[in-house]
Amino acid sequence: MGEIRVTTPLSTEEVRELRAGDRILLSGIIYTGRDAAHKRMIEALDKGEELPFKLEGQGIYYVGPCPAKPGQVIGSAGPTTSYRMDPFAPRLLKEGLKIMIGKGARNQEVIDTMKEEGAVYLAAIGGAAALIAKSIKEAEVIAYKDLGTEAVRKLKVDNLPLICVIDSKGNNLYNREAV
Amino acid sequence: MREIRVEDISNEVAKLCIDANYNLGDDIIKEYKRGYEREDNPVAKEVLKILLENAKIAKRDEVPICQDTGIAVVFLELGQDVRVVGGDLYKAINKGVREGYERGYLRKSVVKDPLIDRKNTEDNTPAIIHTEIVPGDKLKINVAPKGFGSENMSQLKMMRPTDGVGGLKEFVLKVVKEAGPNPCPPIVVGVGIGGTVEKAALLAKKSLLRPIGVHNNDDKFKELEEKLLEEVNALDIGPQGLGGITTALAVNIETFPTHIAGLPVVVNINCHVARHKEIVL
Repeated sequence: MGEIRVTTPLSTEEVRELRAGDRILLSGIIYTGRDAAHKRMIEALDKGEELPFKLEGQGIYYVGPCPAKPGQVIGSAGPTTSYRMDPFAPRLLKEGLKIMIGKGARNQEVIDTMKEEGAVYLAAIGGAAALIAKSIKEAEVIAYKDLGTEAVRKLKVDNLPLICVIDSKGNNLYNREAV
Repeated sequence: MREIRVEDISNEVAKLCIDANYNLGDDIIKEYKRGYEREDNPVAKEVLKILLENAKIAKRDEVPICQDTGIAVVFLELGQDVRVVGGDLYKAINKGVREGYERGYLRKSVVKDPLIDRKNTEDNTPAIIHTEIVPGDKLKINVAPKGFGSENMSQLKMMRPTDGVGGLKEFVLKVVKEAGPNPCPPIVVGVGIGGTVEKAALLAKKSLLRPIGVHNNDDKFKELEEKLLEEVNALDIGPQGLGGITTALAVNIETFPTHIAGLPVVVNINCHVARHKEIVL
């Protein structure tokens, strides 16, 4: 099991090199978004409006962080369960999104779109939110501020520890008989 | 009548909300360690090591263990010889939740209208309050912040009276299997059997308050808990669903008499951040 350092944004070629089972240390810029933000982003696309950030080559982390204590960049910030974003993910993947970060299973439509577009699904350790927050060096709300914890944030991360669970070939670490 | 002031109740609830979210129970930490020692699977080992480290950081830095600091589920055991003075008991509980979530920098995760607006109440109220009137002149307050990654994986089944132990086991295993990696295993599996729809759900939830290692008082159900735990841990879901033998830390069963025509069963799952802190006033 390799440990691979990856920096965003990612090209399709770089994404295709990642394998289910790889331990990944992710650095660079990622964006946060969970249920409510996904719904708004899809509505924006439907209306032909601009998204809060360019999706091409980027990653979305499914997280609603705790408020930052004085002196903290961000509060505890572990992943939320990903299947709730399944209805929205394929559309975003088709717009160029390359990395989804969360925890838990994805549906077949998401996996098929990942294969077609060349994208990866990386799992953060659910519940390890105090530890994960230490890898987040900067955090700024860039859209949907009214959603509070569910707002879209731009995060600068340094060696965020992740596991590649579903790769761009559709190999799925949750479905181990098939890997 | 012994008097308890609402201010004291609010203060204690606030402290319990923060304590539960920062300081993981020693029983859970012990189980992480035991799992770490028992696992051969390197990924499972690594995950449990990270969870131990995370609990340590949360305690040391006084920050939430998990960003989902939950909806505050509050269990009250109110002695019938207690008189609550100075205000409204439930308002006092909610005041405590509001203060605890604010002061502790805990996430506010409650929306007012569950269906249409889904607008955040911004203070994590209202709490879900369950009150039991008991003999005595004490008030026991148990605060159990409940995350929804695991709550969402819970299920109800109105089983047939003749389904028996086999049917029960099949249902529990099905729920755990379907939940897979989603509820943040290693999980605690709460099983409420009997009563009515809402009674079974409450039994399941209440069973999650038990410290790990405390079993049902009835030997038959204690045995069933142990057997089910073994079978759950043989599913190879493992920590975070990445494989291994540490899928659940406990299976807790609570039962209640039921109707001749029915066998309600609720499986309520808790994540590995199985939080609950109590105080007796």
